[in-house]
Amino acid sequence: MKITVNGSATEVAAGTSVGDLVRQRVDDRRRVAVARNGEVVPRAEWDSTLLEESDAVEVLAPVAGG
Amino acid sequence: MSDSLSRGTDSPARDDDTLTLGGETFSSRLLLGTGGAPSLEALERAIVASGTQMVTVALRRVEASGTGALQSVLERCQVKLLPNTAGCMTAREAVTTAKLARDAFETDWIKLEVIGDDRTLLPDPVELVEAAERLVTDGFTVLPYTNDDPITARRLADVGCAAVMPLGSPIGSGLGIRNPHNIALIREAVNVPVILDAGIGTASDAALAMELGCDAVLIASAVTRARDPELMATAMRDAVAAGRAAYRAGRIPRRWYAEASTQFEGMPSL
Repeated sequence: MKITVNGSATEVAAGTSVGDLVRQRVDDRRRVAVARNGEVVPRAEWDSTLLEESDAVEVLAPVAGG
Repeated sequence: MSDSLSRGTDSPARDDDTLTLGGETFSSRLLLGTGGAPSLEALERAIVASGTQMVTVALRRVEASGTGALQSVLERCQVKLLPNTAGCMTAREAVTTAKLARDAFETDWIKLEVIGDDRTLLPDPVELVEAAERLVTDGFTVLPYTNDDPITARRLADVGCAAVMPLGSPIGSGLGIRNPHNIALIREAVNVPVILDAGIGTASDAALAMELGCDAVLIASAVTRARDPELMATAMRDAVAAGRAAYRAGRIPRRWYAEASTQFEGMPSL
């Protein structure tokens, strides 16, 4: 199914969870945050949250700033 | 020190001048922004030299975040992390970003920024107050970056912000404190800590902020983009301490004419 991750169109298998997606994209899961369709997906819910067709996901990590 | 040199009991103690912010106590009154350093090594040396106990961080897409090296630096420095909502232009966007930061950094502290445009990076006070109110209601400790406007500052304090952080001048401009009068009025207008945020260019600006009565100063570019960030961090540490001491000591009033410091009585006729 097609989803958007960090602004780029991406194909993922049906049944992929937010946790799966984070594992594919990030080596260091410390201080990573995920938003799905504009809402926070708390870390505790990553593995139980399954992605759906057309989801827009943001996977974020710390940078220097401010 | 001999008894004759010690001060009366109403004089403030010299070593317990701590900053209480959001229910926590800090001995350093300098907050450091981490953006703009030429390297992580330079950033780490600047953090150490500044003596800061709290630094700001941001969240961006993982592709733009590099490796975990930044996190290692911050862990070594053992400083409190203050996530920001930099770049957000609406209350909705800022509130969501704050919630993402809470999940990522496991803190309910947030440096709230809601800017009005990309050219000036000046705060949008309408969106800012709305975002602040929603975040306070949601249990956040909100430190809002705001204009040098006493009325907006009071509104932010009224909705429950833990501090107000007025700008001296636009972010990264190094223009110093353009309206010292308003900063002093803000100090009078609210009963939460006032942290001067943005615009500081050099050490004298930081000292002035503290002399005006600010409780702390947040500095980023002036340190990280200095030719020698570590040395400037040292200068800022000393400037904040000096400005604070001067504020507590009570400066002399300004006079139009001179007032001799050496007595005229006993002046010889020559």
